[in-house]
Amino acid sequence: MTAYDKVRTARSTTRPTAQDYITEMFTGFIELHGDRRYRDDEAIMGGLAYLNGRPVTVIGIEKGHDTIERMRRSFGAPEPEGYRKALRLMKQAEKFHRPVILFVDTSGAYCGIGAEERGQGEAIAENLMAMMGLNVPEISILIGEGGSGGALALAVSDRVWMLENAVYSVISPEGCASILYKDAAQAPTAAESLKLTADDALKLGVAERVISERNIGTAEFYKTLADDISKELEILDKTTDLTERRYQRFRSFGRFEEERK
Amino acid sequence: MSILKFLHKPQNALETEGRSAEPSVGETEYICPNCHRTLRESTLEEHSWICVCGHHFRISARKRIQMLTDENSFKEMFSFIESNDPITFPGYQEKLEKARAKSGESESVITGTARIGGIKAAIFAMSPEFMMGSMGAATGEKITRIFEYATQYSLPVIGWTVSGGARMQEGLMSLMQMAKTSGAVLRHSEAGLLYITVLTDPTTGGVTASFAMEGDIIVAEPGATVGFAGRRVVEQTTMESLPRDFQTSEFILEHGFADIIIPRTGEKKLLYDLLRLHGGRQ
Repeated sequence: MTAYDKVRTARSTTRPTAQDYITEMFTGFIELHGDRRYRDDEAIMGGLAYLNGRPVTVIGIEKGHDTIERMRRSFGAPEPEGYRKALRLMKQAEKFHRPVILFVDTSGAYCGIGAEERGQGEAIAENLMAMMGLNVPEISILIGEGGSGGALALAVSDRVWMLENAVYSVISPEGCASILYKDAAQAPTAAESLKLTADDALKLGVAERVISERNIGTAEFYKTLADDISKELEILDKTTDLTERRYQRFRSFGRFEEERK
Repeated sequence: MSILKFLHKPQNALETEGRSAEPSVGETEYICPNCHRTLRESTLEEHSWICVCGHHFRISARKRIQMLTDENSFKEMFSFIESNDPITFPGYQEKLEKARAKSGESESVITGTARIGGIKAAIFAMSPEFMMGSMGAATGEKITRIFEYATQYSLPVIGWTVSGGARMQEGLMSLMQMAKTSGAVLRHSEAGLLYITVLTDPTTGGVTASFAMEGDIIVAEPGATVGFAGRRVVEQTTMESLPRDFQTSEFILEHGFADIIIPRTGEKKLLYDLLRLHGGRQ
């Protein structure tokens, strides 16, 4: 499979979306709406649930299943209020000492006049800073597209896992190709160069684990993933310097050891 | 020449320049992108690179530091940090070499310490001539280091942002700098220290969505482009006509995302006042 094949697979509308994971892996999900500032952005869904009997906060970028739902959810492109809702729920999780599980799947933050007016850049920036300091365990799982800052705004976590065919990139291959080669049709070449596959992310240390898609969508798949998350949370529970380690995790990207004279 | 123009008394040297003004031999001329006047370099230099019409020309990081900090007070740090092509992106090495040759800089940001009205601050200034201030891993590393240094020595940070966004040739390593720098800003903030960002033309993409918008006080230069998604991308996506002032300093101030807009001529005084208000001593 080429890098661009993976991009296409990651975007496929037949893939499970965040709400499938939430429904299948968790019990007693109670959805909580709104950012308490402006409105409820349905591109992001979040709330409370049990994971193997343990209360957690779960947040996911939701693309929707059919056309009508996809439109309602802006095809999974969150507006600033979506990121602010996620932040509100994360702060709430911190208050009640619940871990946060995040499912990331977006082509990118919503691009529009209203989004700019309401501070898309500020909303993402605020999340990056707040997640870095959040005093509860955070695990992010990239289940499809990891589109740049819009994905990172829910992925400044202690662990970042990616599905085998998920992609994570600073720019879409089409966007990159149209800037570099003035031709969006060269996206497959750009996809290769961008090193955006789960294996690339693993090699770069951006992701800690790649999740096999062998039986994606089956009960067994969800159960294994839920158990893996529970196990990881136990490790994170015992970590006393959580935010320090999280800082060091991100601090290590592009560290320059050698001082040249 | 119209009678009005004939009667108009120039208020400053810049105003005497017209399209027909004859340049002195060998002097570079610049055309204002806003009002299309032709301006001499020496005149612009005298007026902080601001046109009569108020347009603020883009200036290099070094010029900015020279203009806005005390003479000879700047001590550069971390200049040895340069991009090392982390994902071996085709053609990137050549692009870097060109950017280095064109700008005379090793990266898209300059970091160090300087004094403003005698008050010491850690500073970073991004450079438009180096790949339009795009953020690579070295950019993020230098900014992170200056915040860590400022936290260690209890210094305020002043940062001038200029950026087209993340540097795509560094892929995920570029994206991760948004998180990394945000973490360094957070630690500096948690230590109770002041961070002022000055948004200059253009501040967009991943830089807007990280340290540019994380200042305690966000200052903007008049007329600067400030936004997240590029204007053309928004236009193409929404297929709507955009407000004339869309994604300008004035637009973001109106919508509540900047504290104050200040012309470059008043900037040093403002920064000094802010530093003093936060206990900065000479």
